[in-house]
Amino acid sequence: MTQAQLEIQLLAMATAVACSLCGVFLVLRRMSLLSDAISHTVLIGIVIAFFLTGDMTSPWLLVGATTAGVFTVLLVEGLQKTGVVREDAAIGLVFPALFSIAVLLISIYSKNVHLDMDAVLVGKIALTPLPSRRLEFGGYDFGPKSLALMIAIIIVNIGFIILFFKELKVSTFDPAFSKAIGFNPYWIHLGLVLSVSTTAVASFDAVGSILVVALMAAPAATAYLFTDKLSIMLVWSCIIGMLCAVLGYWLAHFLDASIAGSMATVAGILFGLTFFFAPERGLFSVWQRAKIRDRKFKLALLLVHLTHHEGTIRELEECNIESLHLHLRWDEYETRSVAFEAVESFCASQENKVLKLTPKGRIIALESLQIGTNLS
Amino acid sequence: MFESLSVPGLGSVVAGTALLGFLCGTLGTFAVLRKQSLMGDAISHACLPGLILAFLLFNSKESWALMLGAAISGTIAAMAILGISRFSRVKEDSALAITLSVFFGFGLMLLTWVQRRPDAAQAGLARFLFGQAATLLDRDVWLLAAIAIPCLITVFIFWKHFQLVCFDRSFAQSLGFPVFFIDVLLSLLLVMVIVAGLETVGVVLMSALLVAPAVAARQWTNKLEIMAILAGIFGAFSGIAGAVLSNIGKTSIPTGPVIVLFITLIVFLSILFAPARGIVWLQFKHWRDSKVLQLDSVLSNLLNLAREHSGKQNGHSMAMLKGISSNPSGVPRSVHKLLEMGLVSEVDKGLYIPTSKGAEYLNEKTSHMGAPLK
Repeated sequence: MTQAQLEIQLLAMATAVACSLCGVFLVLRRMSLLSDAISHTVLIGIVIAFFLTGDMTSPWLLVGATTAGVFTVLLVEGLQKTGVVREDAAIGLVFPALFSIAVLLISIYSKNVHLDMDAVLVGKIALTPLPSRRLEFGGYDFGPKSLALMIAIIIVNIGFIILFFKELKVSTFDPAFSKAIGFNPYWIHLGLVLSVSTTAVASFDAVGSILVVALMAAPAATAYLFTDKLSIMLVWSCIIGMLCAVLGYWLAHFLDASIAGSMATVAGILFGLTFFFAPERGLFSVWQRAKIRDRKFKLALLLVHLTHHEGTIRELEECNIESLHLHLRWDEYETRSVAFEAVESFCASQENKVLKLTPKGRIIALESLQIGTNLS
Repeated sequence: MFESLSVPGLGSVVAGTALLGFLCGTLGTFAVLRKQSLMGDAISHACLPGLILAFLLFNSKESWALMLGAAISGTIAAMAILGISRFSRVKEDSALAITLSVFFGFGLMLLTWVQRRPDAAQAGLARFLFGQAATLLDRDVWLLAAIAIPCLITVFIFWKHFQLVCFDRSFAQSLGFPVFFIDVLLSLLLVMVIVAGLETVGVVLMSALLVAPAVAARQWTNKLEIMAILAGIFGAFSGIAGAVLSNIGKTSIPTGPVIVLFITLIVFLSILFAPARGIVWLQFKHWRDSKVLQLDSVLSNLLNLAREHSGKQNGHSMAMLKGISSNPSGVPRSVHKLLEMGLVSEVDKGLYIPTSKGAEYLNEKTSHMGAPLK
């Protein structure tokens, strides 16, 4: 691994961590789509700042872009507050309009300036190790500029989260309560919007606008499927983000394809795997649990059925293995397998094709009935 | 970036964008009402990998091949969004954001991979994003119509189902309508429309065309059928206006963004000035109501004062009324208005008492509230 590769991976990881930290709160507060809106509208901030300064590398571009991001959110919220447009529609109105203005401005006024659309979408992470993009101070080389910027953003984000952890928590999970105890959640909301905008703008330069959305939503949502604790979710989200960065980089390396695109792809694959196979909330374990519960319930029901007819005249008929499925109205095959399970677990025994309760089975049946009466 | 490859007649461009605008407006109505405005945005981004895979597989840039690929990946994305929000604790907004960005990122990866192959012609990303309305040919318009007409017929056939699912999901469910199937059908229609328009207007415009006309139309009516048609008309109109405006000058202005800005202008005007739901209208109504309310409260104050000090025919002064009013500065105007209406009379200089007509007026106003004035 060369130093250039190492630096690209470090930048990718730093970007992923910065985005994942914000992303956790976006996902929990159902604001994920604001990152989509912001990542589109930063373009207008960049364009306007560029027209004012005439310099593509000016730091004012970052300021302009961040302002545009915050402005977008305020505009969406303003529209929502009028009560005539819902949030989703407000987002869908605002960002295409601002984005279109930016595109028109570019196409009308800057024909001779190369504001490369591909670079905006894909980012320039592969150019990170170039000599012109390094931070040099007093003759020492401190690595790529964008890496330094990203680390600064991570520090600010972590600082914000640690400083306002309690406030973020209460305003995220119970905004009404936070208002009731005399703390206005709106300030935290604004702080979050500012931090998302800054992070989006800084990451946008490195990995492009679409990956910002992927890195904010996917690792956080993946972590959300793992845990119920906010602090653990933050840690998981960062780890998954870094995993996306490293795996994505090598995928891109082997395919000779876009790093940003590969990182998004890996993020999607990780989310998909978690969605299906997560230990507790994965689709398969949920289905499996449902199946086990179903089976347990059926076994109890069978035992209750047996107690009901125990010692009666109809016992031979009702508890006969051959006709059991008709009385329970279950599938024949399934009934067999439940009956077999009852025998296997010593809850019942089979005598001349008739199921008889064992003492253990009787206890279980009575217990199940007891639970039933307690519930009702 | 936006130069057109050929300069066809404006006619097919106008016809194409108008048709697309109408289709998007009509179907966008359902998306907006179901709070799925951004579904279109997500699906249109998610078409990218399908486009590129189709290009790789068929090795052609024929419209139908690309459309087929886009339709398949759009459908998968739509199902992913529905599935994630239905089967996990991840909410719909995150499901949309993840699907959008991951599919698009995957497409980007494929695109860059394809472009490195020496034999592949570059499939432009800019074109996918902004479309090329200026290169619409008659053939494309026919293809568009071939998609639009079945879509509109489907909407017509399932009108009642869509209406029910839009406004009262649980009721639809309790009546035994296949709600999930209707959800899927609507999403499929959305995919069809997006695929049809993607080549022409691009991703960003697609999301705008699905949301904006419907929001504008919502301002003018409370009826679904009128809203759908009106949204279609707004969409078609901005399509025409955008196509014409962007072709007026000698310089090539991209059509897509002009259409977006035009439809945004319509939305802006509708939100401000539409009767009954417009902001200006609501403010005016608020102002008018508060004046009537003030009038009633001044009259009621006068009446109460006159009752408490009964027997004597003494009036009460403006200063007194101001003292007990919640909005003292408005009192003189209300008193003058009451005098004009004959509900109050001036017994002495600056002293007012309510007339019998005034008492009647107030009684009538309060009687239907269930608490007549004592």
